[in-house]
Amino acid sequence: MADLLSTPPTPASPQLGADGRLLHLLSTEGLPRQTITHILDTAKSFLEVSDRDVKKVPLLRGKSVFNLFFENSTRTRTTFEIAAKRLSADVINLDVSRSSTAKGETLLDTIDNLCSMHADMFVVRHATSGAPFLIAEHLARTGRHDIRVVNAGDGRHAHPTQGLLDMYTIRHYKGDFAGLTVAIVGDILHSRVARSDIHALRALGCGEIRAVGPKTLLPAHLEAQGVKVFHNLEEGLKDCDVVIMLRLQNERMDGALLPSASEYFKRFGLTPAKLKLAKPDAIVMHPGPMNRGIEIDSAVADGPQAVILDQVTFGIAVRMAVMSILAGN
Amino acid sequence: MSQTTMKIAIKNGRVVDPRHGIDAPRDLFIADGKIAAVLPAGQTPDGFAADRTLDAAGQLVLPGVVDLAARLPGLEPELEAAVAGGVTRLACPPDSDPPMDEPELVERLVRRAQDAGLARVHPVGALTQGLAGEKLAEMAGLAAEGCVAFSQAKRAVRESQSLLRALQYAATFDFPVWCYPQNLSLARGGVAHDGEVAARLGLPGIPVVAETVAIAQIVELCRATGVRIHLTRLSSAAGVALVRAAKAQGLPLSADVAVHHLHLTDEDIGFFNNLTRVDPPLRTAADRAALREGLADGTLAAVCSDHTPLADDERQVPFGEATPGVSAVELLLPLTLAWAREAGVPLATAVARLTCDPAALLGVAGGDLGAGAPADVVLFDPEATWTADADTLVSRGRNTPFLGRTVTGRTSATLVGGRLVYARQD
Repeated sequence: MADLLSTPPTPASPQLGADGRLLHLLSTEGLPRQTITHILDTAKSFLEVSDRDVKKVPLLRGKSVFNLFFENSTRTRTTFEIAAKRLSADVINLDVSRSSTAKGETLLDTIDNLCSMHADMFVVRHATSGAPFLIAEHLARTGRHDIRVVNAGDGRHAHPTQGLLDMYTIRHYKGDFAGLTVAIVGDILHSRVARSDIHALRALGCGEIRAVGPKTLLPAHLEAQGVKVFHNLEEGLKDCDVVIMLRLQNERMDGALLPSASEYFKRFGLTPAKLKLAKPDAIVMHPGPMNRGIEIDSAVADGPQAVILDQVTFGIAVRMAVMSILAGN
Repeated sequence: MSQTTMKIAIKNGRVVDPRHGIDAPRDLFIADGKIAAVLPAGQTPDGFAADRTLDAAGQLVLPGVVDLAARLPGLEPELEAAVAGGVTRLACPPDSDPPMDEPELVERLVRRAQDAGLARVHPVGALTQGLAGEKLAEMAGLAAEGCVAFSQAKRAVRESQSLLRALQYAATFDFPVWCYPQNLSLARGGVAHDGEVAARLGLPGIPVVAETVAIAQIVELCRATGVRIHLTRLSSAAGVALVRAAKAQGLPLSADVAVHHLHLTDEDIGFFNNLTRVDPPLRTAADRAALREGLADGTLAAVCSDHTPLADDERQVPFGEATPGVSAVELLLPLTLAWAREAGVPLATAVARLTCDPAALLGVAGGDLGAGAPADVVLFDPEATWTADADTLVSRGRNTPFLGRTVTGRTSATLVGGRLVYARQD
C-alpha cells in the first residue's frame, strides 16, 4: 500500500506545466531561476514600448483579460489594465466585491460564468490566501486548459507580480544578486509582498535576506525560509544594499499588535539617520501606497536613494511580460 | 425467524479481543443477539445449531469499533457509513443543528437511531444551553434520556467562572465532561498550525499554546472540582506531555486523538488543499510522532474519527474559508490498523484503543467478545486494498484528505446485537 506515514513531497505548484512551462502566475514560490530571468528580460524589452509615442504592441490582440478584484485595489487594478491595454488586449474590469458575490454567488460560479464569456486570462485579487490556486485547479479540473490566471494578491500569501517588479528594480540598480544583502522591514506577518520577495530572492541566489520587525509582525519559523531575523532596525540595516519598506496597515494598532504609529515610527521607521547605516549606495523600495511618518520618513521617501516611482514604471513592464508569456508569446 | 434470534457461527477467523486477552484462531458463536461462546476451531457449544455460518478465513474478527465522535447529519446515511466502517457504537457530539441541549431532542435522536437499527448512538449532551457558554443545560434531564457525557463540542465557555460552575454542577452527579482543549482566543482567526507551512502560505496560524494553555486550565479545574474530564482531539506533542503529567498525578483525566492526526502533518496542506482543513490543525511530524506514542502507551485512551461529513460545495472555497472537518468514520479502522503496522504497535493494543478503551470511557457495554456480551462484531479483511473515493465511500461526505489514496484493510461484515447490518458486496 501507499505508505501513509511518508510525508508527501511538497506537490508541484499548479502554475507550472509538466514541461516546466508557465501556465499561471500564482506565486514566486517554486519558480525556476530561468523563468524569473526570462520574465525580467522580457520586461526590459517592454520598457522601451512605454517610452514610445504609440505605446501599444499587438501581442494580446483579440484576447480578453478579466480583472477580477474580490478586494478593492484601484492602483493594482490600474497597473494591470494599463499593461493589458499596451498589449492590445480587451480589458474587462469586474469589481466583484460589490456585485455577484454580494448576491451569494460562489467564487467558482463566478469563474464558470466568466469562462462562458470567453475569457482568456483572469487577473485575480482576493482577501483569502490561496484563492487563485482554487481557481487554477478548478480550470484544470473542468478542462479549461487554455485560460490563464495571474495572482494579483491573495490574502497574506503572495503578490507575485510585485515580487517580480521588485526583482526587476534590484537587478536594474544592482546587477547580480549573489553578493547582495536585502532587508525587508515591517509587517512581514501580513505581507504577501514580503513572501513573494523572499521566494524570488532565494531563487535568484540573493546573498543575504533579512527580515526586520517586532515579534508581533513576524511569522513563526521565518528562518526556515532562509531569512535572518532582526528585531532592531539599526542592526538589520547595517551594510545593506537594498531596503524594502512595507506598508503598515492602520488596523494593526487595533489588534494589540502595536501600541501606536508613533512608537512604531521611532523603532522601525526609516529615517535618513538610520539609512546611513546601510551601504552608501543602498536603494530604498516600497510597494506603495506609503504611510509617510509611519514606516518611512518623507526625507527618505523623496530622497536620492528612493527608487519607489521607478518601481511603478517597471511594474507595468513586468506585468506586460507576465501576460505576454502566459499568452504563449 | 427474526435476525435477533438467529444463531450465527463465525468460523476460521483470527479473533482479537483485547479485553479478554485473546488473539488467536477462534470460532465465535452468537445466539439471542449475544456472544454465546468463543472456542478453538472444531469445538461447538453444546446443542448449538447455526442458522447461518460466516466463513472468516483470512479475516480478523474484532469487537465492533466504538467511535468517540461522529456527526450524523441526515442520520441514516451516516449510520450506514458507520457500520460500513465497522463502527457499531458511536458518541455523537452535541454541536448538531439544533444543539443537543434539550431532553426531547436527545430522546428523538436515540429513538430514530434505534429505529434505524444500525450503529448504536450515544449522544453527548450540551454543557450549556444552545452551546452558548452561558446558561447551564439541563444535564440531569439529558442524562435521563441517554446522554453519556456533556460537552461544548468545539465551542467556548468564555467566562472561566461559568466553566468552573458547569464543572461543579456536572461533578455533583458524577457526569463526565468532555472538553475540546483549544483556547479559542489564542486560536482566533487561525486556520492552520502556526509553523513553517502557515508562514510560507500566508495562512493565519493556530499556535500550540492555544492547546497547552487550554489543557493547563482544564487540568487545574479538574483538580479543583474532581469532575471526570475527557479531552477531545489532541494535536500537539506539548499537549500529550501535559496529559501524561496530569494522569501521573492521579487526576481523573483522559484524552483522545483523531485518526487523521496519526497520519498527516501540516506539510500535507501542500498548495492549499482544503481537504486538510481540520480543527485542531494538523501540526508537525514531531507532533504526529508524539500523538502516536501517546496512543501506544495509553496516555491517549482512544482514537476516534471526528467524522464531519460536509457537502461538496462547502469545499469549493479557498482554504481559509473552508468549513473544517473530515469524513472519516469509514477510514477509522483501516487507518488505525495502518498506524499499528507502521509503528510496530501490537494489533491488540490498536484494537483496544478502538473498542474496549473508548467503551470504558463511555461507561457502556461494547468492545467485548466475552460470553453474554452484546454481539457487536466486525469481520475485517486486513489484506484487501481499496481506494477511498466517491464510489467506495458510503458517507454523504467525500471530504477526506485520503480521497484517491490506496487503503489497506477493509470491513467485510458488521454485526450489531447479533444482526448482520453490513456485508460488503463485491
